[in-house]
Amino acid sequence: MISQKRKIADSLVYGLIYLCVALSVALLAGIILYVFVKGVSHVNWEFMTTVTSVLRGTVGIAGNIVNTLYIIVITMLIATPIGVGTAIYLNEYAKPGKIVSLIEFATETLAGIPSIIFGLFGMMFFGQTLGLGYSILTGSLTLILMVLPLITRNTQEALKTVPDSYRNGAIGLGAGKWHMIRTVLLPSAMPGIITGVILAIGRIVGESAALLFTAGSAKTLPKTLSMLFPKIFQSGGSLTIQLYLSATSEGDFDSAFAIALVLLVIVLLINMGTKWLAKRFDVSRIQ
Amino acid sequence: MNKKTIVEKTVQLGFFLCAVVAIFAVCSITVYMFLKGTPALSKVGVFHLLFGTEWMPTAADPAYGIFYIILSSVVGTAMSVAIGVPIALMTAVFLSEIAEKHVASVVGGAVELLAAIPSVIYGLMGMMILNPWMYKLEQAIYSGDATHQFTGGANLLSAILVLAIMILPTVISVSTSSLKAVTDSMRSASLALGATKIQTIFNVVLPAAKSGILTGVVLGIGRALGEAMAINMVAGGTVNIPLPFNSVRFLTTQLVSEMGYAQGLHRQVLFTVGLVLYIFIMIVNLILLRTRKKGVEHD
Repeated sequence: MISQKRKIADSLVYGLIYLCVALSVALLAGIILYVFVKGVSHVNWEFMTTVTSVLRGTVGIAGNIVNTLYIIVITMLIATPIGVGTAIYLNEYAKPGKIVSLIEFATETLAGIPSIIFGLFGMMFFGQTLGLGYSILTGSLTLILMVLPLITRNTQEALKTVPDSYRNGAIGLGAGKWHMIRTVLLPSAMPGIITGVILAIGRIVGESAALLFTAGSAKTLPKTLSMLFPKIFQSGGSLTIQLYLSATSEGDFDSAFAIALVLLVIVLLINMGTKWLAKRFDVSRIQ
Repeated sequence: MNKKTIVEKTVQLGFFLCAVVAIFAVCSITVYMFLKGTPALSKVGVFHLLFGTEWMPTAADPAYGIFYIILSSVVGTAMSVAIGVPIALMTAVFLSEIAEKHVASVVGGAVELLAAIPSVIYGLMGMMILNPWMYKLEQAIYSGDATHQFTGGANLLSAILVLAIMILPTVISVSTSSLKAVTDSMRSASLALGATKIQTIFNVVLPAAKSGILTGVVLGIGRALGEAMAINMVAGGTVNIPLPFNSVRFLTTQLVSEMGYAQGLHRQVLFTVGLVLYIFIMIVNLILLRTRKKGVEHD
C-alpha cells in the first residue's frame, strides 16, 4: 500500500513539474505575444523598404535586411563546402587516429566558443591583420568559423544514415570514390545537409555579438547596381545589430519591436522548415 | 599514375584541407587571444589587473582592475545555473517521463523555439518587462536608504533571470534525451518493487541519466558565461561588486560596451578581459569533453 504521506508528496512533486513546464511554455508564448502586440503596428511596407534618413524623414530597415542577406549568402557560400567537405573527409576517407580525433576536437571546441570571442577574433584577424576593417566581408568570414561545426555535424549525421550497401554497390559497379560521393552519397545525404544549412542560416540571422565589431552598423543600401559587389567591403549592420542600437543608443523602441517581430517570423519559418524536412526525410537535427 | 588516380588523390586532398580548417581556426583563435591578451598583463601587472577592484580606464591616473568583472561573470553564471537547471530538469522529466506523445511534441517544440530566439530579443524583453519590475522591487527594498545607488532595474538580478531563461532550452533538450536513453527495464523493475512513478523517476531514472544531465548543465554554464548582448541590455553598465541590486559589468558585456571606443592600454586591457573569458570557456569545454566521454563509456 502506498501511504497517505507518499501520495501527498507525489502530488506536490507533480505540481512542481507542471509549474516548471507551464513556465517554459508561458515564456515562449509571452515573448511571441508581447513582440507581436508591440511590433505589428510598426511593420509596414514603408518600414521594410526604406532606409532610415533624417533628410527624408523616413525610418526603415531595408538596408539592414539587405546586409543580413549579404552576410547569409557570403557566409554560407564559403562555409557549406568546407563543412560538408570536413564531414565527408571524416566519414569517408579518414581512418580513426590522431588526426581524426584532432579534427573532431577542433570542431567541438569551435561549437563551444561564444560569439563574442568570435567577434573579437574576427575584428583582430580579419579586420585588422588582413585589413578588411568593419565590413560585411569581415563579418561573414567571422561567422563562417561559427557555423562550421553546425554544418559539419549535421552532414556527418546524414552521411552515417546512408547504408554501406549504397557505397559498396556503386564501387562494385566500377565507380571511383569521388564519382560515388557525387552521385550516390551526396544526393542521399542531401536532406540532412540542407537541414544543417537552414540551421546555420538561423544562427546567422539571430547573431549579434560576433557582428558588432566585425560588420559594423551602417544601414545604407548600395546606390547603384555597380555598387552591389563593392558593398561587401563596406560596413553593414544586420537586423539584430539595428535592433540592439534602436533599443539602446537610439532609444527607438517602436523600431526595435518591429525588427524583433521580423526576426521572430524568420526564426519561426526556419524552425518550421527544418521540422518539415525532419518529418519528410527522417533526418536528425543537431543544433 | 593514370588520370583517374590523380583526380581521386586531388579530391581527397581537397576534403582533407576542408577538415583542417577547423583545426587551423581553433589554433589561430587561441594564438590571437593570447598574443593580444597578454601585453596588458605585464604593463599593468598581473595582480593589479586581475585582482584590482578599481576600474577607471579614462581617468588621468587610470586604474585597470577587472576583479569585479570576473566576479560578476562567475556569480552571474552560478546563480543563473542554480535557478535555471532545476526548472529545466523538471521540464525534461515531464517531456521524457510524464507527457503524452502529442503534449510532449508541443512542449518540446516550444523549447526548441526558445533556443532559436535571437539574444537581442531576450535583451529587449528584459529591458521592457524585467527591468521595470526590478525597479519596483528595488524601490520597495531600498526606500529611504540614502546610500543605495538606484539602477532603474538594470542590475545583476535582471541579468541572472535573463540568463536563467536563456540556458533553459540547452539544459532541457540535453537532459530530455539522456532521460529517454534510460532503458525501460529499469523503470519496470522499480515500479514492480512497489515504488511510485515519482519515486521511480527521482530515485532510479534521474541517477541513471546523471552523466547526460551533467553534460547539459555544463553546456548551460558555457552558454551563460558566453552570453553578451542580452545581458548587456539589462545589467546596467557600472563595474561593481556583484550584489543583486547593483548595476554590473560581465566579462562579455565589458567587451561589448567598451571595445568600440577604447584606445591604447585600455584596449589592450579589454583584450585581456577577452583572454580571461576565453580561458574560462576552454575550461568549460574540457570539462564537457570529459563528461561526454564518461557518458559514452557509461552507455
